[in-house]
Amino acid sequence: MAKPAMKPKVETSPAKPTASTKPPGAGDNSVSADQLKSFYRDMLLIRRFEERAGQLYGMGLIGGFCHLYIGQEAVVVGMQSTIKLGDSIITSYRDHGHMLAAGMDPKGVMAELTGRASGYSKGKGGSMHMFSREKHFYGGHGIVGAQVPIGTGLAFAHKYNGNNNVSLTYFGDGSANQGQVYEAMNMAALWKLPVIYVIENNRYGMGTSVERASAVTELYRHGESFGIPGERVDGMDVVAVKAAGEKAVEHARNGGPYILEMQTYRYRGHSMSDPAKYRTKEEVDKYRNERDPIDHVRKLLLDGKMTDEAALKGVDADVRKIINDAAEFAQHSPEPDPSELWTDVLVGA
Amino acid sequence: MSIPVLMPALSPTMTEGKLAKWHVKVGDAVKAGQVICEIETDKATMEVEAVDEGTVAQILIEEGAEGIKVNTPICVLAAEGESVADTAKAAPAAPAPAAETPKAEPRPKAEAPAAPQAPAAPAAAAEPEWTGKTAHMTVREALRDAMAEEMRRDGQVFLMGEEVAQYQGAYKVSQGLLEEFGAKRVIDTPITEHGFAGLGVGAAFGGLKPIVEFMTFNFAMQAMDQIINSAGKTHYMSGGQMTCPIVFRGPNGAAARVAAQHSQCYASWYAHVPGLRVLSPWSAADAKGLLKAAIRDPNPVIFLENEILYGQSFDVPEDPEFVLPIGRAKIERPGKDVTITAFSIMVGKALAAAEELAKQGIDAEVINLRSLRPFDTETIVNSVKKTNRLVSVEEGWAFAGIGSELAAQMMEQAFDWLDAPVKRVHGLDVPLPYAANLEKMALPQPENIVAAAHEVCNR
Repeated sequence: MAKPAMKPKVETSPAKPTASTKPPGAGDNSVSADQLKSFYRDMLLIRRFEERAGQLYGMGLIGGFCHLYIGQEAVVVGMQSTIKLGDSIITSYRDHGHMLAAGMDPKGVMAELTGRASGYSKGKGGSMHMFSREKHFYGGHGIVGAQVPIGTGLAFAHKYNGNNNVSLTYFGDGSANQGQVYEAMNMAALWKLPVIYVIENNRYGMGTSVERASAVTELYRHGESFGIPGERVDGMDVVAVKAAGEKAVEHARNGGPYILEMQTYRYRGHSMSDPAKYRTKEEVDKYRNERDPIDHVRKLLLDGKMTDEAALKGVDADVRKIINDAAEFAQHSPEPDPSELWTDVLVGA
Repeated sequence: MSIPVLMPALSPTMTEGKLAKWHVKVGDAVKAGQVICEIETDKATMEVEAVDEGTVAQILIEEGAEGIKVNTPICVLAAEGESVADTAKAAPAAPAPAAETPKAEPRPKAEAPAAPQAPAAPAAAAEPEWTGKTAHMTVREALRDAMAEEMRRDGQVFLMGEEVAQYQGAYKVSQGLLEEFGAKRVIDTPITEHGFAGLGVGAAFGGLKPIVEFMTFNFAMQAMDQIINSAGKTHYMSGGQMTCPIVFRGPNGAAARVAAQHSQCYASWYAHVPGLRVLSPWSAADAKGLLKAAIRDPNPVIFLENEILYGQSFDVPEDPEFVLPIGRAKIERPGKDVTITAFSIMVGKALAAAEELAKQGIDAEVINLRSLRPFDTETIVNSVKKTNRLVSVEEGWAFAGIGSELAAQMMEQAFDWLDAPVKRVHGLDVPLPYAANLEKMALPQPENIVAAAHEVCNR
């Protein structure tokens, strides 16, 4: 089965000379046509995956909590294009997009959502707890903010081993007020650890807006007291994400943390059972209709004559097939064997 | 192929809802992700989005209809290139059960199969006899030597914590390590337990073998989430993909006159958690042999030391491969009349009590538990089969304590061998007071153990 065509290496094709005269993200030519097409496909894969996950949840095939990433796709897809093999990735529980962007198999992710033996965690972790050592994806963490010290520790291990890798540590605006986040930032700055803190500011921590939760709402400034540079990025524009990501990753690789505040938006509720009384329908519609990250790339591709409708339709069909296959697989894989109840509690016991 | 759209569940507990509003009508083209209708329950309203592209061929449930069961087909889409009319004809009529719709098999509920029995805990490796030369050293030195030897053996092992490097350890346990191993491997942290415990867990996920020192375990409460949720559970939650080889160590329990916030035994807290190992040494030999085992173990290990024991001296085997098995209790003093179990500093008190009991004609067997998870029930049961009486001693509180667990296990596994109820000797059910006399009253003393032994022996 085809996997997302996400290349772990940054595209090295030179930008056209005009790119330098445009602000980051404003130009449609600061990335190559091939890369833009790959972004389109990867974002669409996440979108379609999440829609299908929502449907399977509605059918009772996915249980518990299920936090969908719809609307935020440009963040992970753009950031993934800036890192290299061996760089580690860690995030919170809104993690399906991160796993797909990291190149994990949609079948294994979907089968974990349905709690099946062929899921990434053998059905024992679920939506919020999946990992892939092969893809250097370290979870999938269910406690708000807990992944931030852990991601900082991954950066510590990179530095200790001298492997020139970085840790991409994602968290949301909700985590941005957690004490342990600042404990970790302090140590990252103190010890010059190669970590990029990507704050996915989707404007609401569950139902509480950033304005009602953070005294300083410019989240990219939250590392100032540790001397950590930060930047606010249009997280709905994958080109802008890539540009800012490259700068941040380079900074981290040279030693020291960097903060990127991605201004993004989730279209769906916090989790599946979210009455969404905290925001207006008009607000959601405005993002969907005017700022959609996938529509944006689609327009760049078509306006730039880098592709045509027929070719995009082909991409849509390919993605749809991958998702259909994943959903089929996830529904027909067996549940874990009862003996799995007792395995993996301890190593070697 | 016609594409049925089913009534979705908003939560795992929702069984039916109201179809509040249609946003599309027959003949409308819909795109994936487009909102087609709204459904309501008493708790929430949700927009239903199309998952597939197509044309609305038939609406099966009218707007405003209530009590629509989850997974009932609510409309049918004609896929691209299909005739809407044909699709509508072929579609199931509402509210007939969806014959050709994808079957949403409910997750198993009531008929959940009985859980398989827990596999028998693998027997801990037998403890080799150490008959070679021994050195007399303090617990403090034994701990330091254990770390130094393991750091020489394995470059991935490092020590981090407050004051472990330049200050040489708040209790001088890490004396000399900075000089030998340098600042890369012996790391002073800021006073941020939650943060550096989590950072240690991340380093362990990343392949290192951290030893995280808490100045005392009282401060590890700040880091509890990282210890339990991140270190303890991730191996299981990842289906065995992730490992967390980390040691959290430091003094546990009461020191002397430092009052309630700095004087608590956390043994039963950590021993409660599957996914952790919990060790609590008494002697310098325990300290060295078990700490080396903890550092080599691929799992998260909680290593509960005791500040008052740091300065006490014991004989320790000089063999550099002296490593104790995890999961083995040790009979420190054989006896036939009553079994006394204890761990950490209470082992010394139990031995003192046994001496006193011997003078009074009661021959006590003293068992040093050493490993609280896994727990060496076998050694205790075998002892009880001999003595038929059990006194459990611990410094911590009684409620839900190690002694409570021990009593339960004896009920389950040695009931017919007991001639008296299990007796618990424990710290009193109060925050530990500061005043010297009150503090002494609150903590188990040898005389309390002696009295308990008399009680279970009925003499």
